[in-house]
Amino acid sequence: MADVLTYVLHYQGAFNKNSLGAVSEGAARAAEIGGACDALVLGGEDLSDELCASLGSWGARRVFRARGPEGLAQPVVDAMTKVIDEHGHSYALFGGGLLGFEIGAGLAARKHAGVTMEVTAVRAEDGRLVAERPILQDSKVSVSRYQGELGIIIGRINAFEPVRRDGAGAEVVDVEVELSPWSTKARMVSRGEQRGADVDIEGADILVAGGRGLGKAEGFQMLEELARAFGGNSAVAATRAVVDAGWYPYAAQIGQTGKTVSPKLYLAAGISGAIQHKVGMQASENIIAINKDANAPIFEFADLGVVGDLNKIVPKLIEAIRAKKGS
Amino acid sequence: MAAWDGRPPAPSEFPPPVDSVGEFIKRELDPAEERIEVGVAIVGGGTAGLACANRLLQLLAQDPETLAALGEVPVAVIEKAKACGGHSLSGAVMRPGPLLELFPELSREQWRAERFAFGEVRNEAVYLLPSASAKLRIPIPPNFRNHGNEVISVAALARFQQRRAEEQGAYVLTETTAAQLIVEDGRVVGVRSGDKGRGKDGEPLSNFEPGTDIRARVTVLAEGCWGHLTGAAIREFRLAEGREPQVWELGVKEIWKVPRPLEAVIHTLGPWPLQAAPRYRQVGGTWLYPMKDATTGEDLVSIGLVVDLDYRDATTSPHDLLQLFKTHPLVRGILAGGERIGWGAKALPGGGYWSMPKLSMPGALLVGDAGGMVDTASLKGVHHCIKAGMLAAEAIHRHLRDGEPLSSYEQAIESSSVGRELYAVRNARQPLAKGLLLGAPISGLSILTKGRIPPGRMRWQPNDEEPMFVGDTAKRYVKPDGKYTFDKLSSVYISGNATRDDAPNHIRVERRVPREIAETWRWMCPAGVYEIPEDAPERGLVDVIVNYTNCVQCGAITAKGGRLTPPEGGDGPLYRLT
Amino acid sequence: MKICVLVKEVPDAAVEKRIDPRTGRLDRSGEKNLNPYDTHAIEAAMQLREGGAVEVEEIVAVTMGPESAVRALHKAVSLGADRSVHLSDPTLAGSDVAATGYALAKVLERERPDLVLLGQQSDDGECYTVGAVVADHLRMPSLTQVIKLEVQDGGLRCERQAEYGYDTVQVELPAVISVGDAINEPRYPSLKAIMGARKKPLETVSASDVGIDAALVGEQGSRVRCGDFHDPPEKAPGQIIEDEDTDETVKRIVAWLEERKLI
Repeated sequence: MADVLTYVLHYQGAFNKNSLGAVSEGAARAAEIGGACDALVLGGEDLSDELCASLGSWGARRVFRARGPEGLAQPVVDAMTKVIDEHGHSYALFGGGLLGFEIGAGLAARKHAGVTMEVTAVRAEDGRLVAERPILQDSKVSVSRYQGELGIIIGRINAFEPVRRDGAGAEVVDVEVELSPWSTKARMVSRGEQRGADVDIEGADILVAGGRGLGKAEGFQMLEELARAFGGNSAVAATRAVVDAGWYPYAAQIGQTGKTVSPKLYLAAGISGAIQHKVGMQASENIIAINKDANAPIFEFADLGVVGDLNKIVPKLIEAIRAKKGS
Repeated sequence: MAAWDGRPPAPSEFPPPVDSVGEFIKRELDPAEERIEVGVAIVGGGTAGLACANRLLQLLAQDPETLAALGEVPVAVIEKAKACGGHSLSGAVMRPGPLLELFPELSREQWRAERFAFGEVRNEAVYLLPSASAKLRIPIPPNFRNHGNEVISVAALARFQQRRAEEQGAYVLTETTAAQLIVEDGRVVGVRSGDKGRGKDGEPLSNFEPGTDIRARVTVLAEGCWGHLTGAAIREFRLAEGREPQVWELGVKEIWKVPRPLEAVIHTLGPWPLQAAPRYRQVGGTWLYPMKDATTGEDLVSIGLVVDLDYRDATTSPHDLLQLFKTHPLVRGILAGGERIGWGAKALPGGGYWSMPKLSMPGALLVGDAGGMVDTASLKGVHHCIKAGMLAAEAIHRHLRDGEPLSSYEQAIESSSVGRELYAVRNARQPLAKGLLLGAPISGLSILTKGRIPPGRMRWQPNDEEPMFVGDTAKRYVKPDGKYTFDKLSSVYISGNATRDDAPNHIRVERRVPREIAETWRWMCPAGVYEIPEDAPERGLVDVIVNYTNCVQCGAITAKGGRLTPPEGGDGPLYRLT
Repeated sequence: MKICVLVKEVPDAAVEKRIDPRTGRLDRSGEKNLNPYDTHAIEAAMQLREGGAVEVEEIVAVTMGPESAVRALHKAVSLGADRSVHLSDPTLAGSDVAATGYALAKVLERERPDLVLLGQQSDDGECYTVGAVVADHLRMPSLTQVIKLEVQDGGLRCERQAEYGYDTVQVELPAVISVGDAINEPRYPSLKAIMGARKKPLETVSASDVGIDAALVGEQGSRVRCGDFHDPPEKAPGQIIEDEDTDETVKRIVAWLEERKLI
């Protein structure tokens, strides 16, 4: 059987972007091996028929809806196990993000199945799906092949692209799930508390990063403006050198001794691109570098390199982006 | 800060803010409950220190009474790197005798199976390089004859010795620095380990853990090149009195995986890529050694360049000179199609026999590079380290068992191969200070006559007393292409350098110095620690930026006006094959 | 309360990792160290003990690995664990995440802890998963990415970092908690603790000692095979713009961004 089951996380009435990516990816890959992709959602009254059916426009055939506590992994393991046992899916696919790991792992234990995490690509091979993931600090790719009835694929954050398609909404199927005794032993007290200072750098779609080339700490004000101009899920990051100098907090540091990120866009302003920094952001989908030193190593791996004075370019770029979006 | 009138400054005029006797010597042991007791404490888990541990434990295995008297921890080795050998680097082509003596049950094939040895030297060549494209093969001078020696890695050898020492019962405390020497009533009674968990300005962080006093009946200082406690001990006990000052050389090395095996051990004696004109005072050479990994079958090459640190052109950069050296057709022919898999840098003591300090003091001994036991005429020091470690172990054993004075070690060194070989080349390097053209013949004569001609004791001038000028050596350097030639930062990266971002600064230098001194440090440092701000004036005093987290502990700064102190235990590079 | 801390030895972060040319597999020679994330787990156990809200009778470090894994246990003990258990068996070699979690769960079954702590990820690429596998086998609640832990109402009050912000979750004991590095600053072991670690009890157990079904572990028992290591696809060389007319440059940047649907 060549069907894929994905888990879709929802919060405050909207589905998580990485989950939608998993649905689209699941649908595309399942089609290649002669199957289809179903989705599973678990929560309360806010999972309306309309909301669930909308997953059809991302590629889901059926949406299995279970009632249970939101935001916890183990109830979902129970639900997915039930659906897989009943409907025989061969693959469970998760978009990047915390719960996917926990659920996928719990499922691997429950079903004694193979699991691969940090997956960046899924492809069809001889009627089966194989998963690829980077290893050795993104310098090599490893291929995972599954044995047995179920293969579990957990994507890296932002690895799967949500793709909208036309067509009917998905069929919503309610599932009765008896939760395991231990699945009821964790109780959500409060969910999703925001803490201003900590921006989620690792989950950002767009990162505007600054290095020594900014010249002074105030340069970051300009980068924050640029991030705001991009809007959406954008944040500001920094190199070790400027964090050392006290220009920006350690939480924003990218690199060998900071965070590793793979956003859709990494805009590096005044950053030379030494390997200690590169290893933290080389997996970014698109890299723009602005630096006045034409010899800076960053130009060797940037997708778009701009040799020039960032103090002249960035303010005009901010205006231009605002103009494009505002209109 | 000294008054300075604008002449070419010497680094010694801007000494680092450090008082080694005041700071690095502790005058009283902590009370018994707070300290640790060991029998013999060996500071430094390199080849010399571990050879001492290996030999001592062999002797104690045959002498249960003395062993028991040493208590629960008969031998402790204190090593600041994450693993023994993590901070060790050398060429190296080793004379096999002492290692065969230390482990008589091991054959050279077994050395290779243990992956610290890479083949016996069968072919060799020595070249002069008159220019960037020419080479002139010369008959092998006697000090470069290596037939029958073994190409080894000291980093790998130390790891092997560590395993052996642990099997023999030693406590090897890695990631631990020896921050202070404990001296009570004129006698070394142990060392104090370094603190952990201090912040950038030395302030204790939430997980601060103070060091511990380690009391030992005998302490062995095996810290390598101008070790931290060694410097303090030499001052405290006046061990350098009546000797020539120590001088140093800086070596930068790479390891390459190559498609075709290199068929000979090669040395080049310059002048290229160094400048021959005497005013630059650049003296040095290069090596290319074949390494065959017996386990994987891979062919590797060790390539390196060594420069004496008495040079005067501030833009002399051993790292960049090594990159430049690689562009010579001789080297391209060997490395082309290969891949760089290792890099490192380390200073070594070059003064030879006359610069060796007195090797014993009450309660302690000096072994290896810390005792200046390197023959820089033939580039040999590893076998001396091993022999000295063994002799120290034997002297310690006689001391513990029979009460013989520790100082018997000094005579043992003098009459051993260490003393004899170093004595023979006692005046071999000093003449080169006049420049290659004038000095080489005298140097050669001294080697041929085993030091008899010219007679007497030839002097050394301390490296940091050389006046520096900003010259044009830097104009020769190549722009790194990232595939064959490399910049400093990416090189530091592959050395395995790991240092906590908020670690305290372990490098002591005067921060406001003349431009020439700042340039000296900036170019000299292979790890890019010293930087000059972009807006600094071209002449006059500048403020130096110290990126100490890049530091690979080579020690060169200590020779040229600064002082390297140990970082927090565990920091620094993690050399494996150097 | 009895706490078991699962620890793992991983290649040191500073070691250049390569593919072994002879076997085509990861070259596992080189320094190994206690997984840095596990030091946070041990510290969390120590802080629970020192906090006084609950009496912690025992902290046991548990690992699965070859002989060299003993070093990770010594380190764990020098950081405060009272004793350690080493699960070592040739049949376990090549176990994947699911098999490893199962094997560890069998050891823990024998220990019957009230709380299992572990680091949420490890330096050799594995992340957020072992805890969940272990918990499923032990039939215990599990949480990961936990950055705050307190004893409350007879259970644990945990804060964890999730997609949408911070969740507060009340967990009943016994439980399996995977901690993030933001939870605490691990202490450094004192030299005395390091040297004393060797004297603390270390028990070595085999797979059959703890009732592991060989069919479920090792290379045979693993349901996923990794291999075919290859280089990632060559990135197309980038474009370079030399800024002369900044307005023109900015226009080109915006066009480039639009092309890729980034704005």
